[in-house]
Amino acid sequence: MKDLLQMTALEAHEAMVAGDLAASEYTAAWKEAAAGDELNAYLWRNEDGEDSKAIAVERDCVAPIAVKDIFTTEGVPTTAGSRILEGYRPPYTSTAVRKLLEAGAPILGKTNMDEFAMGSSNENSAYGPVLNPWDRGRVPGGSSGGSAAVVAGGLAPWAIGTDTGGSIRQPAAFCGIVGLKPTYGAISRYGMIAFASSLDQCGPLTRTVSDAALLLGILQGKDPCDSTSVGLEGGVSLPDREDLSGLRFGVPAELGHDEYDSGVRTVFEQTLRKIEELGGEIAEVSLPSSEHGISAYYVIAPAEASSNLARYDGVRYGMRAGGDGDLVQMYETTRSEGFGPEVKRRIMLGTYALSSGYYEAYYGQAQKVRTRIAEDFSGAFADVDFVVTPTAPSVAFGLGEKTDDPLAMYMNDFFTVPMSLAGIPAISIPAGLAEPDDGGPQLPVGFQIAAPAFGEQKLLDAAYALEQGIGFDARPEGLGG
Amino acid sequence: MAELEAVIGLEIHVQLATKTKMFCGCELSFGDEPNVHTCPVCLAHPGVLPVPNEQAIRYALQIGAALNCEIAPRSIFHRKNYFYPDSPKAYQISQYDIPICGAGRLGDVRIHRAHLEEDAAKMIHVGESGRIHGSGASLVDFNRGGTPLVEIVTEPDLRDAAEAAQWARLLRETIRQLGVSDVNMEEGSLRVDANVSVRPAGSEELGTKTELKNMNSFRFLQRGVEAELARQRQLVESGGTVEQETLHFDPASGSLTSLRSKEEAHDYRYFPEPDLVPLVPSEEQLREARESLPELPVARIARYEEMGLAYDVALTLATDPRTAGYFENVVEAGDGIEPRVLANWVTGELAAALRQAEVDGGAADSRISPPDLAKLVRLVQEKKISHGSGKKVLAAMVKGGGDPEEIVEREGLAQMSDSGELEAIVEKAMADNPDAVEKIREGNGKAIGAIVGAVMRETKGRADGGEVNRLIQQKLNS
Repeated sequence: MKDLLQMTALEAHEAMVAGDLAASEYTAAWKEAAAGDELNAYLWRNEDGEDSKAIAVERDCVAPIAVKDIFTTEGVPTTAGSRILEGYRPPYTSTAVRKLLEAGAPILGKTNMDEFAMGSSNENSAYGPVLNPWDRGRVPGGSSGGSAAVVAGGLAPWAIGTDTGGSIRQPAAFCGIVGLKPTYGAISRYGMIAFASSLDQCGPLTRTVSDAALLLGILQGKDPCDSTSVGLEGGVSLPDREDLSGLRFGVPAELGHDEYDSGVRTVFEQTLRKIEELGGEIAEVSLPSSEHGISAYYVIAPAEASSNLARYDGVRYGMRAGGDGDLVQMYETTRSEGFGPEVKRRIMLGTYALSSGYYEAYYGQAQKVRTRIAEDFSGAFADVDFVVTPTAPSVAFGLGEKTDDPLAMYMNDFFTVPMSLAGIPAISIPAGLAEPDDGGPQLPVGFQIAAPAFGEQKLLDAAYALEQGIGFDARPEGLGG
Repeated sequence: MAELEAVIGLEIHVQLATKTKMFCGCELSFGDEPNVHTCPVCLAHPGVLPVPNEQAIRYALQIGAALNCEIAPRSIFHRKNYFYPDSPKAYQISQYDIPICGAGRLGDVRIHRAHLEEDAAKMIHVGESGRIHGSGASLVDFNRGGTPLVEIVTEPDLRDAAEAAQWARLLRETIRQLGVSDVNMEEGSLRVDANVSVRPAGSEELGTKTELKNMNSFRFLQRGVEAELARQRQLVESGGTVEQETLHFDPASGSLTSLRSKEEAHDYRYFPEPDLVPLVPSEEQLREARESLPELPVARIARYEEMGLAYDVALTLATDPRTAGYFENVVEAGDGIEPRVLANWVTGELAAALRQAEVDGGAADSRISPPDLAKLVRLVQEKKISHGSGKKVLAAMVKGGGDPEEIVEREGLAQMSDSGELEAIVEKAMADNPDAVEKIREGNGKAIGAIVGAVMRETKGRADGGEVNRLIQQKLNS
C-alpha cells in the first residue's frame, strides 16, 4: 500500500470499504499532517474537543475533509474570514457539511478564506493571507485559498470551497489541483454564508478528477432547506472515459491574447493539442457578451452582497462595538470595525447600484448582460460539447502585488465569471507548469472546461480523460510526486 | 372655493393563521413568553435560507379569490432593505412589482393588489411614551418576526371616514369567514393604515396624501381619518398645502403626530430575492382556492337584498353565517311568509329575547326550532295573536321551547276577536283618562299612548294595537 498521505481520497475510500485500511489510522495521519500547517491555511483544526462534538462522525469511512470557513458548523467557530464573526459559533450545521458527516467524512478543520469570499488572493482574510505551498511568497488564489492550499500542501486529502465568480477554480489553478464549480442548484446553499446568493455554489477542491466526482456525488442533491436547489438527476458516477473521441471543445473567438500571460498561453495551447491527440476536436465558438462579464458581475455580486451582509449589525451575534446605548452608532461602529476594506468597497458599490434612480442603469443592465451571456453559452453548446479557456490569466502572483489595484485583482476572474453568471458547471484541472511572465520558478497552470447546465457527468468524464492524458504529477517541493 | 372631497384608500395587513411562519418552521403564537418561537432562519443567522410556507400561499390565493383578484401566473418575491432591529436580516421579504394577487374588487371598492410578505419582530419600547422616541431602551421579541402577512391595498375609492370604517368591517368579515386569519385588530392580526387626501369636489386629480398608522379598531380608524380630513380641509381652506408624511394616530388624545416626512422616506433598494424561485400557482391550487370559498358576505348581502331584506338586516345576517343559516331555515319553514318579516323577527325580536333571557349563543343555538319560529310569525301575520303577544310567546319559547300555538292556548293570548268586548274596554279606558282625551282633542297626538296602554293592561296585551287606535279615533270623532 502507498504511503497514507499519498493516496487519493478515492483510493483511501476504496481501501477502507475493502477493509484494507483502518479509517482511524488514516484520519489520525491526516490530523497530524494538518497540525503542521505553516501556510496559515486552517483557521480552526478539529482536535476532537468538546467544541467539535456536534460535528462528530458516526461511521468513519470516507477520507477526512477540510471545509472552507464559510460553511456553518454547529458549535464550531465559523468566521467567513471576517472580524465581524469572530467568536461566532453557529447553532446549526450547513447541509453540505451534514452530508459529509452522514457519508462518514470527518471534518479536519475550517480553512482560511477571503473575507465573505470577496477576493482572488486570500489577502482579504481578517486572519492573514494563506501562503501558496508552491512558493510561500505568492498567493494561493481566492477566495477558497485555504481549501486549495491544504489540498496542494499535503494538509488535507480534499476540501470543499465555494465559487461565486471563480473562487474554487482560480485557487485550484494557482495551487495545481482540481476545482469544480457545479451547476447553480446542484448542491444546497443552506448554511453556506451568503456572498452573492444568485451565484454562490459549493464545490470540491481535490487532487484528482475522480476525487471531485466522488465528493460531488456526496454533496449534490435537492434540499428542502434551499428552495433554489435541484440536485443532479441520477447522481454522479466515477469517471472512466479513456479518450475524447467524438467530443467537440469550443475555444471562444473573443479570447484575445492580451488578457493572459504567455506562459499560460503556452500551456493552454499544449492542452488543446493534447485534446486532439485524445481524439477530441477543437472548434471556435463565439461568446460576444462574455467580455462584459466582469462589469456585470461586479454590479450583481456587490448588490446582493450589500443586502446579504446587512444582517451583521451587532445585535444578535458576532462582534458588537460602540454605541453607548445609541442604536445607529452601534450599527456604524460595529460595521466599520468589523468589515475589512474590500467588503466595505463592495457593500458601497452594491448599495449604490440598487439605489432608487440608479437601479435600472446598473442592476437592471447587468441582469440583461447576464441573460445575454447565458444565451451565448446556449448558442455555443448547440455546436460544441464544452467551452474551454485558461482558468486564470496568470500563474499565482506575489503577495501584495495587486492589493492596491482592485481592478487588476478583479481581472483574475475574467475567464471564470461568465460561467458563474450563466450558472453552468466548470472545472479547472492542472494542465502543466509555466514560469511567471516576470520570471521565477515554474508554477501550475489551470485549464478550464465548461459544460451545459447539469452536464456534470459528461464534464467529469472528459476532464478525467484529459487528466490521464496530461499526466500532471508535479507537487510542491517537499511533498513528493 | 369648491367643496373639498375626501379621497381615502386603505392598506390592510392581515396576519395569516398558518401553523408556522412564512419562511421557517417556527410555530406561530400570540402572547407567549418572548423569543421562544425562533430558529436560525427567523433570527437571520449567517447562511440560512427562506423556504416559503405552502399554507400561506394557499391562504393568499383564497384571499385573492374572495376579493376577485387577478392571480399572477408567476409572481416573485423581492427584498425590501432597511436597518432596524425588528428586521434581523435587515431586509423584509415582500413582493414588489409582481404581487400574487392583482386587481380585484370587494363591494364598491376596487382592490389595487394583495401580496405576501413576512411580519417584522415586535419592538417594545421601555419608557413612558411607549414609542421609540424618548424611550429608555428597546426590546425585541422575535416570536412575531416572520409571521405570514397578506397586505391588501385598495384603490382610493372611499369618500368619507364612516364609509372607510364600514368597508373595512366588510373586509374583515370576508377574511374571517375564509378562516385564514384571526382578524383581531387589538392583537394586531388585522392592521389598517389609511391614505388620506382631499381635492375639490368633481376633480379627477388626487391631492397630496398622508398615511395614517396605528388605528387598532374601526372606531379609531374612523376617528383618525376624520381628524386628518378636518386638518387637511382646514389647511387647504386657509391657503396652505398638504405635505406628504406618515402620521401616527394617538387614540387617547385623538391627535396625529408626524412619524416621518417625504424627505425622510426610505430608499428600500428593492431587488428580486435571489434565495427564492418564482411563485407559480398550479391549476389545481387555483381551482382549490376558488372552490374552497364559502358564500361570502358581499354575495350573501346581494342575495338577501334580492329577497327583499333591508341592507342593514342583510349585513347583520351576512356577518353572522350561523344566524344566516338559521334564518334561511325559517324562510323555508315559513312557506310564503315574506322573508323580510322573518328576517326582522330573527335579527330583531328573537335576538332581543335571547339577550333579555341572557342566553348564550345566537338563534341557531336557541331552543326555538326554525319551524316553530315560522309558526309563531304566521300567528301574528294572520292576526291570531297581537304583535305584543307574539313577543310574550317568544320569551316563553326562549326559556322552554315548545309549540307557539300551545303556548298561546295555555297563556290565553289569543287575539280578542269580539270587537264588542274590546269596544267596551276602550270606552272605559277613555272614561278613566279624561286628561288624555282632552290633550288629544287639543292636538297632542302622543297622549293617545296613555289610553292604549290602559287597554293593553286590561286585555293583557291580547288586543291588536291597530284596532285599539282605530277605536279610540272613532270614539273621539263621533
